[in-house]
Amino acid sequence: MIYLFYILVFPGILFLSVFALAAEFIDRKLYAKLQNRIGPPWFQPLADMIKLLGKEDIVPTDANARMFKLMPLVAFTSTVTAFFYIPIWGERSIYYFNGDLVVVLYLLTIPTLTFFIGGWYSTSLFARLGSVRTLTQLFAYEVPLFMGILSSALIANSWSLSEIAVFYAHRPWFWVSNIIGFAVSLIALVGKLEKAPFDIPEAETEIVAGSFTEYSGRHLAFFRLSIDIEMIVGASLLAAVFLPFGLEFSAPIAFIFYIIKVLFIVALIAVFRTIFARLRIDQMVHFCWKYLVPLSLLQLLINLILKDILT
Amino acid sequence: MKPGRMLYQVLSSLFKKTATLDYPHDKSQKIKGFRGRLKAYPQRCIGCKMCMRDCPSQAIIIKEVGSKQFEAQIDLSKCIYCGQCADVCPKMALEITDEFELAQFDPEKLKIVFHVELKKNT
Amino acid sequence: MHNSDEFRIPIGPQHPALKEPESFSIALKGEKILGVDIRLGYNHRGIEKACEERTYIQDMYLLERICGICSHSHSTCFVQAVEELASVQVPKRALYIRTLIAEFERIHSHFLWLGVAGHEIGFDTLLMYTWRDREIIMDILATLTGNRVNYGINTIGGVRRDITDDHKRQILEAMEKLEERINYYIQIATQETTIIKRLSGVGMLTYEEALKLDAVGPTARASGVARDVRKDDPYAAYGEIVFNVITDSHCDVYGRTVVRLKELLESLSIIRQLVNNIPEGPISVRVPRKIPAGEALSRYEAPRGEDVHYVRSNGTEKPDRVKVRAPTLANIQAVKQMLKDRQLADMPIVVAAIDPCFSCTDRMVAMKSEKGASVIKWQELRNYSIEWYKKHGVDFTELNKKLA
Repeated sequence: MIYLFYILVFPGILFLSVFALAAEFIDRKLYAKLQNRIGPPWFQPLADMIKLLGKEDIVPTDANARMFKLMPLVAFTSTVTAFFYIPIWGERSIYYFNGDLVVVLYLLTIPTLTFFIGGWYSTSLFARLGSVRTLTQLFAYEVPLFMGILSSALIANSWSLSEIAVFYAHRPWFWVSNIIGFAVSLIALVGKLEKAPFDIPEAETEIVAGSFTEYSGRHLAFFRLSIDIEMIVGASLLAAVFLPFGLEFSAPIAFIFYIIKVLFIVALIAVFRTIFARLRIDQMVHFCWKYLVPLSLLQLLINLILKDILT
Repeated sequence: MKPGRMLYQVLSSLFKKTATLDYPHDKSQKIKGFRGRLKAYPQRCIGCKMCMRDCPSQAIIIKEVGSKQFEAQIDLSKCIYCGQCADVCPKMALEITDEFELAQFDPEKLKIVFHVELKKNT
Repeated sequence: MHNSDEFRIPIGPQHPALKEPESFSIALKGEKILGVDIRLGYNHRGIEKACEERTYIQDMYLLERICGICSHSHSTCFVQAVEELASVQVPKRALYIRTLIAEFERIHSHFLWLGVAGHEIGFDTLLMYTWRDREIIMDILATLTGNRVNYGINTIGGVRRDITDDHKRQILEAMEKLEERINYYIQIATQETTIIKRLSGVGMLTYEEALKLDAVGPTARASGVARDVRKDDPYAAYGEIVFNVITDSHCDVYGRTVVRLKELLESLSIIRQLVNNIPEGPISVRVPRKIPAGEALSRYEAPRGEDVHYVRSNGTEKPDRVKVRAPTLANIQAVKQMLKDRQLADMPIVVAAIDPCFSCTDRMVAMKSEKGASVIKWQELRNYSIEWYKKHGVDFTELNKKLA
């Protein structure tokens, strides 16, 4: 029974959906405020969701219907699954084992692949261009993201998120050494979430909506929800690895700390979205390999040296 | 070249009044001299049809219904709010007001209809 | 897809990058553009023909609606031609007011363009801020003329509304505010890394190509062609005003941005001169409704480039022929050149960089019938279309019978 509760209510689907929609609202409201606009009312993401759920589902005639319909669900489940391994109200998550960090990173890659497959099988030209761009972008941000996050695991000497959290929570100033890794991972996360300046795969003015061009109704709703959840999970991952504050307190206080940390990262992403123009795909790849990868390598070097000193 | 050149301006917007308005509840100031809904003064009209002749969108139709009796119809859904009719009217029987919220569900309500009856001696 | 790595992608007639329907069929190889096929005609409204059925006064308002952004340009250009036909001496004060509105229009158009350019490169914040500041100008235009977009300030023989001292004060105050904002946007456009990355080197049009393809307006000036009707053939009050023609040697979209932004500063200086030197006097003269027979050509520097109106009159209340050449028609050929070998991602900004107005541009194609007549009768055209559809598998004969 308790597992069902975990999966369906907390911290599973219900909590995540509510939190994801709330985060989307904060992202949109902040974006609007930064642009000196009023912005949407609080229920707007929910209203959008309900509207999409009520709309007609259209599957293109030439599309592979099964793949086309399956992909939003795959994206949704993989993001929700990833969330169970991230500590949110204490030092330990619900499920943990040595190596869950890698599992989370791979589960977070699955949505990107579903964008590719969904876009490719919908056979629209715009969707195909978008899905190719999605993959191109994947190869650019994935390496710095992995290196940034894994280098912090290096000091903690564990590939379990919970143990990393325990390690950093008990050594208060260690997170400072990971600051470069945090910056690199945050930028890479923006690439993963396909938000400006890296919203190239769904660049509205070029390829309409990229992979999602042919999606409508329920399937689009699920895609959008899983993108929102992906944002939450990505932010939680960064918060657990790089911002190890407040985990030593009792569960409710630690949970509040967690919410603040996630919203902080969401706010940072919103600010990024506001102040940059969209890059071209070649510029994006160039930027990632020229600046982000060397920086994450530097982080790796720093952590290797630190680890040597510590032991 | 500096990345994020707009950062300062953008962050300071957080503490400023928003430039947009929550429209039906909060309205911007009316602009003096704005060209909005037409207002007609039937008693001044002499049925000369100058307005009808100049109206670029044929929004004004004046029909002679009897001797020295006219029926005028102004269709606001056709009106382009240029104010040419008010300019050309020799008797100032038409006036432009600054009322601009004219949306209606019923197109009939967008029509201004009035009758003109000229006195025998004019 | 015919080839494994080459395919055609339709940008338009309905596409988020385009604010008006127009078709760009782009041959792509991966992300690289191999060729562009531009098809006009999705927005044809038959305005030139409609002008022949209306009086000069009505035409003025109709032509104002050719374009929502440069509405004053079209109406002034037409009115100038009619005034030349009627050989009317327009009062000085009216000319000054016309010029004033023209420069306001240039400012609001360039602000609008900057916002649209921001949107096309995915920088919506720039769009929001420029359009917010554009409201300053829109409010002034609404106060001076009574409308925000189609001002309706011109009349044949002058202008319809005078400006008061109160207006003058308002204008000068607003100019102070705008100057600060314009300087800010110049800083943003020339310093923000992501903007420069997206703009510089994109949509190259060399000096020679600009001359060969007959580019006009800021598009030509950004390629170093100092072409500006306000200077070359002064109309309205421009002959009495001191200003510079802004040119740039970047030849790319970045250059076009710089030219437009610097033109904003020039416009501010023109407006200040106009407001301070406006002569007293009447604002219009009476012009008879019937315009003497003749023909006139009028040129005007719209915010997007040179606008040309040709009017032929036959001595009645209605013109015999009106011909409009909007600036976009002159610039659209250059787009093909600019897009050559660029990436698909550059396409929206390159098209936006000429500040296109497709509804101004759309033309009708005159077809020659098989018998050699240059005019096709309606019935022939109808039969032709029925035959065409029949060839493509759609048969209208049943439907026609029902309708008849």
